[in-house]
Amino acid sequence: MEIWKWVLFGILFLSAFVVKIEAFKLGRSQPTERISGSAGDVLEDDPVGRLKVFVYELPSKYNKKILQKDQRCLNHMFAAEIYMHRFLLSSPVRTLNPEEADWFYTPVYTTCDLTPNGLPLPFKSPRMMRSAIQLISSNWPYWNRTEGADHFFLVPHDFGACFHYQEEKAIERGILPLLQRATLVQTFGQRNHVCLKEGSITIPPYAPPQKMQTHLIPEKTPRSIFVYFRGLFYDVGNDPEGGYYARGARAAVWENFKDNPLFDISTEHPTTYYEDMQRAVFCLCPLGWAPWSPRLVEAVIFGCIPVIIADDIVLPFADAIPWEEIGVFVDEKDVPNLDTILTSIPPEVILRKQRLLANPSMKQAMLFPQPAQPGDAFHQVLNGLARKLPHDKSVYLKPGERVLNWTAGPVGDLKPW
Amino acid sequence: MKLSALPQSYLNRRSNSFRSPGPLDSSSDSAVKSPATIFWLILHGLCCLISLVLGFRFSRLVFFFLFSTSSTNFYTAPFRSTAELAKTLDVHSVLSTKPVSNLELPLLNKTATNSRVVVGRHGIRIRPWPHPNPIEVMKAHKIIERVQKEQRLQFGVKDPSTIIVVTPTYVRTFQALHLTGVMHSLMLVPYDVVWILVEAGGISNETASLIAKSGLKTIHVGFNQRMPNSWDERNKLESKMRLRALRIVREKKLDGIVMFADDSNMHSMELFDEIQNVKWFGAVSVGILATLANTDESADQKKDKEENPRMPIQGPACNVSNMLAGWHTFNTLPFAGKSAVYIDDRATVLPRKLEWSGFVFNSRLLWKDGGDKPEWIKDIDMLHGDIESPLGLVKDPSVVEPLGSCGRQVLLWWLRVEARADSKFPPRWIIDPPLDITVPSKRTPWPDAPPELPANDKPVMGIQEPIVKHTTKTRTSRSKRRSKRKHETRTDTQASTRHSEQN
Repeated sequence: MEIWKWVLFGILFLSAFVVKIEAFKLGRSQPTERISGSAGDVLEDDPVGRLKVFVYELPSKYNKKILQKDQRCLNHMFAAEIYMHRFLLSSPVRTLNPEEADWFYTPVYTTCDLTPNGLPLPFKSPRMMRSAIQLISSNWPYWNRTEGADHFFLVPHDFGACFHYQEEKAIERGILPLLQRATLVQTFGQRNHVCLKEGSITIPPYAPPQKMQTHLIPEKTPRSIFVYFRGLFYDVGNDPEGGYYARGARAAVWENFKDNPLFDISTEHPTTYYEDMQRAVFCLCPLGWAPWSPRLVEAVIFGCIPVIIADDIVLPFADAIPWEEIGVFVDEKDVPNLDTILTSIPPEVILRKQRLLANPSMKQAMLFPQPAQPGDAFHQVLNGLARKLPHDKSVYLKPGERVLNWTAGPVGDLKPW
Repeated sequence: MKLSALPQSYLNRRSNSFRSPGPLDSSSDSAVKSPATIFWLILHGLCCLISLVLGFRFSRLVFFFLFSTSSTNFYTAPFRSTAELAKTLDVHSVLSTKPVSNLELPLLNKTATNSRVVVGRHGIRIRPWPHPNPIEVMKAHKIIERVQKEQRLQFGVKDPSTIIVVTPTYVRTFQALHLTGVMHSLMLVPYDVVWILVEAGGISNETASLIAKSGLKTIHVGFNQRMPNSWDERNKLESKMRLRALRIVREKKLDGIVMFADDSNMHSMELFDEIQNVKWFGAVSVGILATLANTDESADQKKDKEENPRMPIQGPACNVSNMLAGWHTFNTLPFAGKSAVYIDDRATVLPRKLEWSGFVFNSRLLWKDGGDKPEWIKDIDMLHGDIESPLGLVKDPSVVEPLGSCGRQVLLWWLRVEARADSKFPPRWIIDPPLDITVPSKRTPWPDAPPELPANDKPVMGIQEPIVKHTTKTRTSRSKRRSKRKHETRTDTQASTRHSEQN
């Protein structure tokens, strides 16, 4: 079994050269470096043949009807759950025979209940998830077989399966008890946090690939901005005094560097946002209410070195992508010295980071293109799931053994959806 | 000690970062309304009412005064050690959070045990001098330069050729203005530059001192004729001077791309990148900045035109398949009879049909021995008379390559602005020796301030005429002004009356 895997891997590696040509057309003739993270050089792995996924057929009230009610779900940063479902339905890893499946996917769109402003409300999500799990556990035997240990769910909301946008409340709720054994694919990642389970797969937030493609400028345009950032520093609506939003880090950036000519930072919404990022050397990616942000994806696509200001953050596909070598990590307490930190990086290191960013497989891994392309984020998720195989024998419960507590959690969650 | 009056939740909040919190489950049963809860609810309501009346949240003020010994101003706290900061963080969080919400906070101990990241209000860290440090700024610029150099290496022109710049010039008032502009543009060009300056009236110290600071490789030759005063004659002489420069290129067998930078033109940096793409003979679009001097005419024109008047362009015109189809030239009809004839006319100066500066070509076209020269180039020495534009050097104008995305990009701008022919200026624009008489101008921006008077008894006057080194002229005007004034004493009252007289 092992030998076959290696042979397959070798053949796939050779075929990766052919595959590279069809990749997302961004990195042109720039010399790049191979990217290999802690799991090895796995960005270009092909998951086909390494795993089988069975997609549960849920009634459309869990997915299609919700999407029909609000089409904005396809464009916001949580759209990964919808596109993952669509990708899996037509992917070669899908199997219609659940007996041979390694992983089971439940297509429930928990982040599609939007306010008029477009922000998702997570209040009904726990009930929705619970109702979906009740359905699959009663109609198929596979949930009860492992109590969800070979099932995976996409929870791209702010704090993942804690289903709340406020960190305090999210910590209070914790991860939904029913999902304790399942693998969670989420955008949130912070070390030693209640809402990040061991064995979760972190994915990048959704950023529209076509929109970014249309805003590309010629690569010879000289990068003349040193540090670039556009966004809020003080969330006046929710935290007028400051200090709560972003743990005061964004406010610290503003107060320390608002008159610094090297820092092009403001709260404006320019139409040339993407073009400006391509003219900058560093792009700030500070935390907001949650530590992750689509700015990371945008910075990687546009070749701007991301400066990540979020303590203990876990970045997407952290085992496949060596983020330490690609971005600059600044502790929140070091924000007042940000200019010293950035200017003391040797130019060779900066050039190397730019070369790593120019690697097309790096850019491809951050995107969710439709239709799916080799090496994109969908494939990285499947690669991550494949790396967790084979399932440990302890995953399969003995008949009659029960681990999950179906009545745990706040009383409000137990109401039917 | 002071905090013992507050409920337990404050203490718990405070102790989060120091030690593992003790059992706080008593306060976490928030479902049951204990008397403490009701008390704090009432207090919170009362505080809200008072804030409503006052118009601001006074809780921070209250706590500030209570804990004034331990904390300083929230926002501008100097950069402290971590331990101190942690302490103040908690104090600040006590300062700012509302009383009731703290009931939920004790549950935060769940994260406090494992993570070093604490939820809640944090201080905004500001360093003692939150302004740019010039050393950092210089380092950042070096980094940017290195990054741009790398970009140029990878995406820019491979094997860039030397740029041979031909500039005809002569000494006049505005020479320093124009020539410095061209010089600075050339100093910024990232490729090798050879600058051939042909000066009418012979080599002069003025020009030599101007270009000495450039650091560029220059060839400075003189031309024996003086620059005439009419624009027609000047254009003709400039053509001759440029041909002289081309002969130098041929003699010295300079290798590169020849371009013509007239000293009053404005060049963009993209121009120098674009002309590297020329194979033999290319043309770029030149924007013409000639405006109508007469304002009535422009108002009429504005009424006639529906859209904005566009800047006229001289350069190659392409057809749909991006092949050269013709030439855009300047429309001189609106200016008929109103154009400048002499250099100091106030009317508009018109460009010729096709300006020299819109053409670039490979210097090998000028070399004597055949080599791989195409056959459509004429030999310079075989020219009869002078040519009006470089198109006179080619037998067939269709071989010209249009540059700048087929002429759509305007990469340089043409303008002719000159001072009056009799205007004087100090040699090399240095006032040496310094004028011994200095005078405040008649109208200062500060009418009420007394003028700053020198320690000696010299009287003061306004500098209105162009600066001349002769002091006789100033003396005569001084005597004129002396008749206006009665006294020369410098009391303040005198100064104010003088001002009122002058103003």
